[in-house]
Amino acid sequence: MITQILFIIILAAAVYLFSKNAAKVRRNILLGRPADRSDNPALRWKTMAKIALGQTKMVKRPFAAVMHFFIYVGFIIINLEVMEIMIDGIFGSHRIFAKPLGSLYGLLIGGFEILALLVLTACVVFLCRRNIAHLKRFSGAEMTKWPKSDANYILIIEILLMTAFLTMNAADHKLQLLNFGHYVKAGSFPVSSFLDPLLPNSAAALEMIERGCWWFHIIGILAFLNYLPYSKHFHILLAFPNTYYSNLHLKGEFTNMASVTGEVKAMLDPSFVPEITAEPQRFGAKDVTDLTWKNLMEAYTCTECGRCTSVCPANITGKLLSPRKIMMDTRDRITEVGNNIDKHGKDYSDDKTLLDNYITREELWACTTCNACVDACPVNINPLEIITEMRRYVVMEESQAPASLNNMFGNMENNGAPWKYSPADRLNWVKES
Amino acid sequence: MAEMAAEGKQPEILFWVGCAGSFDERAQRITRAICKILNHVGISFAVLGTEESCTGDPAKRAGNEFLFQMQAMANIQVLDAYQIKKIVTGCPHCFNTIKNEYPGLGGNYEVIHHSQLIQQLIDEGKLKAEGGESFKGKKITYHDPCYLGRGNNVYEAPRKALEILDADLVEMKRCKSNGLCCGAGGAQMFKEPEKGIKDINLERMTDILESQATVVAAACPFCMTMLRDGVKHENKEQEIEVLDIAEITVRANGL
Repeated sequence: MITQILFIIILAAAVYLFSKNAAKVRRNILLGRPADRSDNPALRWKTMAKIALGQTKMVKRPFAAVMHFFIYVGFIIINLEVMEIMIDGIFGSHRIFAKPLGSLYGLLIGGFEILALLVLTACVVFLCRRNIAHLKRFSGAEMTKWPKSDANYILIIEILLMTAFLTMNAADHKLQLLNFGHYVKAGSFPVSSFLDPLLPNSAAALEMIERGCWWFHIIGILAFLNYLPYSKHFHILLAFPNTYYSNLHLKGEFTNMASVTGEVKAMLDPSFVPEITAEPQRFGAKDVTDLTWKNLMEAYTCTECGRCTSVCPANITGKLLSPRKIMMDTRDRITEVGNNIDKHGKDYSDDKTLLDNYITREELWACTTCNACVDACPVNINPLEIITEMRRYVVMEESQAPASLNNMFGNMENNGAPWKYSPADRLNWVKES
Repeated sequence: MAEMAAEGKQPEILFWVGCAGSFDERAQRITRAICKILNHVGISFAVLGTEESCTGDPAKRAGNEFLFQMQAMANIQVLDAYQIKKIVTGCPHCFNTIKNEYPGLGGNYEVIHHSQLIQQLIDEGKLKAEGGESFKGKKITYHDPCYLGRGNNVYEAPRKALEILDADLVEMKRCKSNGLCCGAGGAQMFKEPEKGIKDINLERMTDILESQATVVAAACPFCMTMLRDGVKHENKEQEIEVLDIAEITVRANGL
């Protein structure tokens, strides 16, 4: 009875804490500007099913795709087992589904065990890849300190959870063979039974191991749940809404700024009266709150895999720009803005901005807008949109474009071409042959 | 176009030449090649000539939305005044901007890139690879322009123009949606690159050299400039020729 109450208290506390932190992330995301992504729900569901559920963009790197697939499927399906653990925890039962499901239960447990082993293997491989193989993709300038340890923590936690799960099953299996207490014969244990010889033979010790692993496993899962909002691992939740709200337009198409359209129309036609918007909006983005909620959601969705950066022509040729860093900076900054609001109230300003304090102009101007990063992202994140918005701020609010670009703007304004040629010469190509 | 309009005639298609195609000496040759193709198959076309202005692409990518929309609206006025319905462009940047970004500002046209036109003409049997220069056995590789490929998912049309050549087509290790930028997009054409280990077009040269192609097919005047600079930098001008899809088609058809 006491353990049941203890379990319920821990469970409730974990759920409460997680909801609180997840709500904070949601609040932070909604600090962004509005963006309408409500059109074409059919295509949106399809995109989500294909990209998030179907993992179709992962396959570009087959090895990582297979390993990730193990973890992904394992995570989803092992949740069925977690459901049983929850029910057992609340009602003080043991393997409650064993009786009603009969032989199917054995099959399920067998499946879970195989998945657990695959997850375990994939996590060990990933851990080695990050720390021993030193893949270039994981060792970018932005991948030191917290981002590096965050990745390692996630993998180590998953390894521990899976080890606890398998050890628990092994102890359970041995107790079943001893016909001990309430450990009814249930389940086939195709993986964990191999651990049997490693465990002691005394029933009391086995029960302690079984209970210990049970508690470690479930508390570990609840703790991991609460780790998510602080970690890049949050992608396991946000990948789904993020792909649902994907940009459905062609990648080459950039947004036309409606606020500019009104002004340009008024310039070209004096009789045109632009709609007056209540709040004077900033052109482009200087800080995270100038970005749309979708940009901010993408920042929280990014799991720092670095596929964007590894295909970025600027990054490949040694320039400062890394699309992954753009996303990480955006997340770090919006989190900071959120924390400021919590601590000092809504109108507090820390005199910091995404531009300059996080992302330098050199990074912004190195982008060729080639869309390679956008194409590479397995969950449809668009770093290019943030870069463009920030360029817009630098150019239209500050007039701080590089000098050569200002020349280009001047030529375009005066001659209708980016080069200094007279419009009268536009047909010269006809003459020469 | 003005002349045609004065005569009360409407062309089948408007050829949007673009700034590079108008002013850049090398790109002018692409422009003339496209005209040769149009004339050869008997499509009546017109160009805006002095009435054409930059689409605003580099201004938009550099963040100058004001300048972009000024250019766009002025161009839309001209195009609408001539009641233009269909446009072919010689540049993926013009193609992308007019096709995708002008509709939001009131300019609605059917826009195709010249590689798509060439593909259509091949499909209709109007262009063949006979009677002209033979590319048989030559190693040709195609460089995907970002704003044609990733930007607009046009990967097959330019390849189609090469497939009929009976040449030895090779793909670079980075191609199609994984293609590497030439380094000129996003207004980079008009400024010095940021500090790095090397320039992007030289990185692209490693792919070209690895493919061992003797002809690099381009489909964008900016890519053309960057790729040629890369070839020059490697002192490979004698061995590697950079040609636009349109120029290859013209040569193959003996136009």
